[in-house]
Amino acid sequence: MTMLSVGRPTRASEALDSEAPIPAGRGLLQDEPLIFELAGWGQTGVDFEIGADDLDAVDLPGLTRATPPELPGLSEPETMRHYVRLSQKNHAIDLALYPLGSCTMKHNPRLNEKLARLPGFIDIHPLQPQSTVQGALAVMDQLAHWLKTLTGMPAVALSPKAGAQGELCGLLAIRAAHEARAARDGEADARRVVLVPTSAHGTNPATAAQAGYQVREIGQTLDGHVDLADLAAGLGPDVAAVMVTNPNTCGLFERDILEISRLTHAVGAYFYCDGANFNAIVGRVRPADLGVDAMHINLHKTFSTPHGGGGPGAGPVVLSAALAPFAPIPWVVHDGETLRLEEHAQGGPAFGRMCAFHGQMGMYVRALAYMMSHGADGLRQVAEDAVLNANYIKARLSGVMSAAFPDGPCMHEVLFDDSWLDGTGVTTLDFAKAMIDAGFHPMTMYFPLVVHGAMLIEPTETESRRELDRFCDTLLALAAAAKAGEVEMFKGAPFHAPLRRLDETLAARKPRLRWTAPTA
Amino acid sequence: MRYLPLTAADRGEMLAVIGAADIDVLFADVPAAARLPGPVNLPPHASELAVERALGRLAGRNRAAGSGPFFCGAGAYRHHIPASVDHLIQRSEFLTSYTPYQPEIAQGTLQVLFEFQTQVTALTGLPVANASMYDGSTACAEAVLMATRVTRRRKAVLSGGLHPHYGETTHTLAHTAGVDVLRLPAAVDAEAAVVAMIDADTACVVVQTPNVFGVVTDVSAIAEAAHAAGALLIMVTTEAVAFGLLKSPGEMGADIAVAEGQSIGNGLNFGGPYVGLMACSEKLLRHMPGRLCGETVDAAGRRGFVLTLSTREQHIRRDKATSNICTNSGLCALAFSIHMSILGGAGLAKLARINHAWAKRTRDALAAIPGMEILTPRFFNEFAVKLPVPAAPVVEALAARDVLAGVPFSRLAPGVGLDDVLLVCATETTSPDDIDALATALNAEINR
Amino acid sequence: MMRFTKDHEWVDLVGDTATIGITAYAAEQLGDVVFVELPEAGKVIRTGEAMAVVESVKAASDVFAPVSGEVTAANGELGENPQTVNDQPEKSGWFVKIKVADPDEVDGLMDRAAYEIFLAGL
Repeated sequence: MTMLSVGRPTRASEALDSEAPIPAGRGLLQDEPLIFELAGWGQTGVDFEIGADDLDAVDLPGLTRATPPELPGLSEPETMRHYVRLSQKNHAIDLALYPLGSCTMKHNPRLNEKLARLPGFIDIHPLQPQSTVQGALAVMDQLAHWLKTLTGMPAVALSPKAGAQGELCGLLAIRAAHEARAARDGEADARRVVLVPTSAHGTNPATAAQAGYQVREIGQTLDGHVDLADLAAGLGPDVAAVMVTNPNTCGLFERDILEISRLTHAVGAYFYCDGANFNAIVGRVRPADLGVDAMHINLHKTFSTPHGGGGPGAGPVVLSAALAPFAPIPWVVHDGETLRLEEHAQGGPAFGRMCAFHGQMGMYVRALAYMMSHGADGLRQVAEDAVLNANYIKARLSGVMSAAFPDGPCMHEVLFDDSWLDGTGVTTLDFAKAMIDAGFHPMTMYFPLVVHGAMLIEPTETESRRELDRFCDTLLALAAAAKAGEVEMFKGAPFHAPLRRLDETLAARKPRLRWTAPTA
Repeated sequence: MRYLPLTAADRGEMLAVIGAADIDVLFADVPAAARLPGPVNLPPHASELAVERALGRLAGRNRAAGSGPFFCGAGAYRHHIPASVDHLIQRSEFLTSYTPYQPEIAQGTLQVLFEFQTQVTALTGLPVANASMYDGSTACAEAVLMATRVTRRRKAVLSGGLHPHYGETTHTLAHTAGVDVLRLPAAVDAEAAVVAMIDADTACVVVQTPNVFGVVTDVSAIAEAAHAAGALLIMVTTEAVAFGLLKSPGEMGADIAVAEGQSIGNGLNFGGPYVGLMACSEKLLRHMPGRLCGETVDAAGRRGFVLTLSTREQHIRRDKATSNICTNSGLCALAFSIHMSILGGAGLAKLARINHAWAKRTRDALAAIPGMEILTPRFFNEFAVKLPVPAAPVVEALAARDVLAGVPFSRLAPGVGLDDVLLVCATETTSPDDIDALATALNAEINR
Repeated sequence: MMRFTKDHEWVDLVGDTATIGITAYAAEQLGDVVFVELPEAGKVIRTGEAMAVVESVKAASDVFAPVSGEVTAANGELGENPQTVNDQPEKSGWFVKIKVADPDEVDGLMDRAAYEIFLAGL
């Protein structure tokens, strides 16, 4: 087989399927090779201001590379074509409802993009004199004010780069608080365990491990909530924190949340809330009123900053009064009329620094623009519409698909299991891939792990009723086909996407992670 | 409200379909004591025009780098970005898509990541690169954690030329995981000092070139010493344009290279979002944190790309994952990759030469000022100067004259005896007039 | 004679050397194996300890030591061809050879008939 020769399209005869009679593409969808297979070797697409004759001699003996990096340089028209063609192979929120549960794929307002690109925001250096960036510090200060007010918490650490780093920031503040208390009492901090529900996202246990804790799992009840008895049994003097996602990954509000925080605090542990699903309750519930000590907020979920194909995110962490002193540098302080950035701990209790500079400023501007646009009233409406939309989908689909927790309302997302597919020969994966053929991105699959064949649907508040109905009608039609025995429609799906199912086993067994020049 | 499509009529009809009397029914699981009766105490919704005015005013209170003489570097660099880059990253299909977990409808993002990884390997001279980290500093911390996993040793030695923020970040993110992070005192030209600190429990040494003082070092001998002791060499670069001129980390024997990729394709953004580059040798592949994109074929035999080797990651390995990282810096990596695709290797080499040329001219202008001492013997596009007075007040005074003269080292590390050191950076965006303005203003301020 | 554990490892003791792998049932359940992480020769492992990791595309599973002893060999073939674990799990897909500390320990494990009854009850 020569199929895997890196850097060249697979054999021409194989690169075509029956629907692509002409090798250049299909309708509007263009085939596009890798940039390394286009022209441009030894070239550049940049016109430089000064020529080679004007360049000073380089006086760095033994320190310079012998030849330029081996990468092609394309002209602007070639560049535009390459990336526009690639873009057309992606699904996007701007194209259709993007129902990934726990990902909050909401509309990304373009005003946010416009404002983040103002020279006064995009073209300022993190270390230029603070007197020259008072407007940027004001953005941080105002964002902090909005986040603190919406959560009811007294402090916020803005700098974490993404949700997972926010989790780590929260746990490091918790660890610092325990260590400080132990030191005050002349003891060593003996708290080594973090309790995490089985339904938690993988970042929770991974973060706890990185913070130096052992993970103890706690179970959940048949109706999708934290098992209080299991929690109580797991709590003890060795527990540093309990990490609970609320609303949880089953799309349910932890109705015993006050008891969870009470039990946690009773053993001297702190309550970390994973705020990934804050969108469901923003403006209607303040985490401070639930006894939360620390919670990260994914600005790219609740506050509409774009996901960008995987990032960047931003994960500010709100902190209770007990944890606030341990927040990492930097933070903004008021010095009379001027704002000042405190960048050094100077022997204080701050536990350290999460990253170089001050966090994701570009995301702060976008999130603040979003908050100001919605206002206090609009943000409350966001939560209500997000929850309404999810329950509407649940109501429309429950007659055919099996909701994992049929009783009572869900929050911003609705969880189905795969029991309704029993006997059809169609799996959750098959069903999801058939959704692609019908024009939708699949829902989150096989997560949370506590439900068999999980399908987690989160529509968000930015979907119109028309789009919700289009989505529900599509899923109902697919479900009817599955139940009618039209298995072939699912097993090989997708048929109409740019590519068919990909061989992930091959990718993992023989990793090819970069292009290399074909050998002659 | 302009981002909420549902009408009051929609809401009523939908509640009827659900069988709920009102919206409050759907929030029934919230304890009564925690239900807010109405909006919190924040301003109400605002028009697009009003928000634009408010944030435009704040933007107007910042002095944009491009509006006058500007010489700040120290981990973030101002470069010219082709207009097509920003246009392309705002394509809906890139901007508003999620992590490519469904490869059949995410080939655009995946192919970009594969191209990005290939570009990073070409720049770093190492065969494996991941699909990006949050930024250079967190990539540095992740590299240290990776080295401790590989070697099963606990100690990391960080050079005195490492950017202080990188050292602080690495300490914060690694020490609770059991890593003993030893940071050597700030030193202008002493990357090799890490060698003397290597012992049997040393997992890695971390060196930076060009370092925070701008000094360029051939780290080959340091790599050899580390390897002889069973430790890994991690090489940090905060200015990715330097890859166009200087020897690559791989060529000098680095096991892991990390870099801040902001310089290519990404604006200053007051410090973020940026894009961390991370590359390593083949044998360290399975210890790599973060997402990896790999080539494969689809059911029809066509080439395609998928996220792969994900058993390293938190969503599968949970508390045994190589890192808790989930989000990467996708859109910034895209901007990097597009800009790099336009530059090409030849363009990057030329750009690097231009940066170096402007930095030398800036150095020459400053060296002519009485009382100034150039500290950096070998540099790429930034260097350190010693002033006869503390640097921070001088920088403030020059800012008042609308000259952003650089970064006082005390801003990064106060009280380490280097308060009189100023870090000065020039790039292709620097003009002869800018250099004159800097030299004139500095001279006037120092030699009043 | 081959012996089996409830965690789906098999042990084949010859003299004081035990060859250890995962059962055909386990290999089937895992799906396509893409990577196997093995301990180095010389490593001393104790019963019940996670001694190896076997990965499919979407799962990573610990393999537990069914007996205590010192690793004398690891199956390097699996590095290049992890699919051997799927193709011949109870033959050339073996993981490690261990010099067992206490051969009697092996006797406490299930024989094939008992393991098959155990599987039938799952």
